[in-house]
Amino acid sequence: MIMSSVVEHFPVLVVVASLLSAITIFIAGWINRKTACYISVATVLGQFIASLFILNHVMTIGPIHYRLGGWSPPWGIEYVMDALNAYVLVVLLFLGFVCVIYSKRNIEHELPQKVVTFYTIYQLLITGLCGITVTGDIFNMYVFIEITCLSAYALIASRGKIALKASFTYLVLGSIGACFFLLGIGFLYSVTGSLNIHDLSLLLPPLYGNRVVLAAFVFFIVGLSIKMALFPLHTWLPDAHAFAPSEISAMLSGIIIEVSTYAFIRITFSVFTLKFITIYFPIMSILSWLAAIAMIFGSVLAIAQYNFKRMLAYSSVANMGYIMLGVGLSTSTSLGLTPALMHILNHALMKACMFLAAGAFIYKADLWDIRDFQGLGRKMPYTCMAFLLAALAMIGLPPSVGFVTKWYLIIAALEAKQFIFVGVIFISTLLMIFYFWRVIEYMYIRVGDEGKKDMRIDEIPRSMLIPVMVFACLCFIIGIIWLIEIPLPILDKVNLMFGLGKVS
Amino acid sequence: MEWFIAKIFAKYNYWVFIILMMIGFYGIVAKDNLIKKIIGLNIFQTAIFLFFISLGAVKGGTAPIVDEEIIRKGYIYANPLPHVLILTAIVVSVATTAVALSLVIRMHQEYGTIEESEIIEKSSDEGMTRAQG
Repeated sequence: MIMSSVVEHFPVLVVVASLLSAITIFIAGWINRKTACYISVATVLGQFIASLFILNHVMTIGPIHYRLGGWSPPWGIEYVMDALNAYVLVVLLFLGFVCVIYSKRNIEHELPQKVVTFYTIYQLLITGLCGITVTGDIFNMYVFIEITCLSAYALIASRGKIALKASFTYLVLGSIGACFFLLGIGFLYSVTGSLNIHDLSLLLPPLYGNRVVLAAFVFFIVGLSIKMALFPLHTWLPDAHAFAPSEISAMLSGIIIEVSTYAFIRITFSVFTLKFITIYFPIMSILSWLAAIAMIFGSVLAIAQYNFKRMLAYSSVANMGYIMLGVGLSTSTSLGLTPALMHILNHALMKACMFLAAGAFIYKADLWDIRDFQGLGRKMPYTCMAFLLAALAMIGLPPSVGFVTKWYLIIAALEAKQFIFVGVIFISTLLMIFYFWRVIEYMYIRVGDEGKKDMRIDEIPRSMLIPVMVFACLCFIIGIIWLIEIPLPILDKVNLMFGLGKVS
Repeated sequence: MEWFIAKIFAKYNYWVFIILMMIGFYGIVAKDNLIKKIIGLNIFQTAIFLFFISLGAVKGGTAPIVDEEIIRKGYIYANPLPHVLILTAIVVSVATTAVALSLVIRMHQEYGTIEESEIIEKSSDEGMTRAQG
């Protein structure tokens, strides 16, 4: 009983802990640079454990409502934890924790002068991401989106050179997206006078059909589509993901665009309700088609890349297509949001594993180009094996996580009688086999002239290898856990909350 | 004429905000100079701030300060909430501008120019194929 009353304060503690640790790291780093990493690891581990308690509390007792400063909801800011954001919070903090362990050696190698600032900004990034997930107030969400993105711009730019250009493009597009989000908030505020998500969902229904509300919805959709790199608005993504430090690439691909997707789901299903998006503004079929184009287009462009991390970045565009297809089909099947939410975790695991493996190749021998990977399978056997497992998972080898997503998406598409999307999933899988096979071929099969460099390469340090291996193993373990349906009650609760999954 | 007055003059604050927003958007899209792009971004953001602030304004309203006299005499006052929100958003916008300007400074150090097309030209062989990072 005491425990549960403590857990009710965790939503705000999760956000405050990393904000405080950012300041602590900055000051402690002045005195001793080596402390920065350890403080960061300890904080994120603590937050991860707290998020597990929150998930447990939400599943056993019910949603947590935390009032900041004791102000009651429509006036004050409220933090709300329900099944949806508790799940996203666990995923994001797990990824953040593993990436921060990986970053210790990699950052000392890549950015030796900037270790302290790196961890400071990393903690701000975690603050922003946690904030987006826990908040129950849309203006607060806007502020946290900006905190996340500002720290992401700085982290992307930290390697200098072309990364600066990539970061600047992301900054301009990201700011436009955030401004659209702000404009949407302004429109909703002008008709309802409220900013609280729950309050808005009660005040809006009589106003559905009002042109201001429709315009607000469009601004929200476009703004968040830029943030989550939905197909025609993905142009900032490849460069930003390719030239950031590798653990940041893993965070960007694995979590930042997924948290934007979470914000998208929150806006479409919580602020606006199922009734609005099915009757007044039928956006779901447009979303599914955009997602289908993204799945094909991202994969085709990935084939054209020789830069390994750019290839993975285009693969992320394709995978955002999978998530959005899940969202797009959610209103017309009995599975609801289950496939989309599954793929948020699945994509985080697979893509993080691949980007961390790519980081390992850069750490050891500055290898960026796939054509330089010849004979790597024998020199770095564990890293290459981890990459191979993640690639197989993404292609969809049972019982991996990628297989589970594709299985559920195909069931959803069949149930919705949208047979064309089944075809799209198959074509996109074929294209995936094509571009991953090319990498695997260079790694394991092509030998002969050993590339341009003198390749005296061995395995990466253990603190980097273990995160990569953990993700690779989880790709299959989580897949089995999905298949025996242990975590499905969480997702069922989300569907129940939004009134999804009843359509037969 | 009446239509014109009702649509344009009665709601001039919205028109100003839309025009400013489009000017800013033009700057972001069309200008090659990165500093001009940032200026465009600032105009874009400021347009939205003006929209919010004009939302809170009430004709003949005074400043929203809790005061005995205002309450007693039944004065009307402006809605303070949009103004407070914009105070936060201005801070965000200043931070964005600061990050953007520092990126431009670093790019100028690396490439010796702040014209976007020249930077793309100079960095085109980086990263695409056998990148050195």
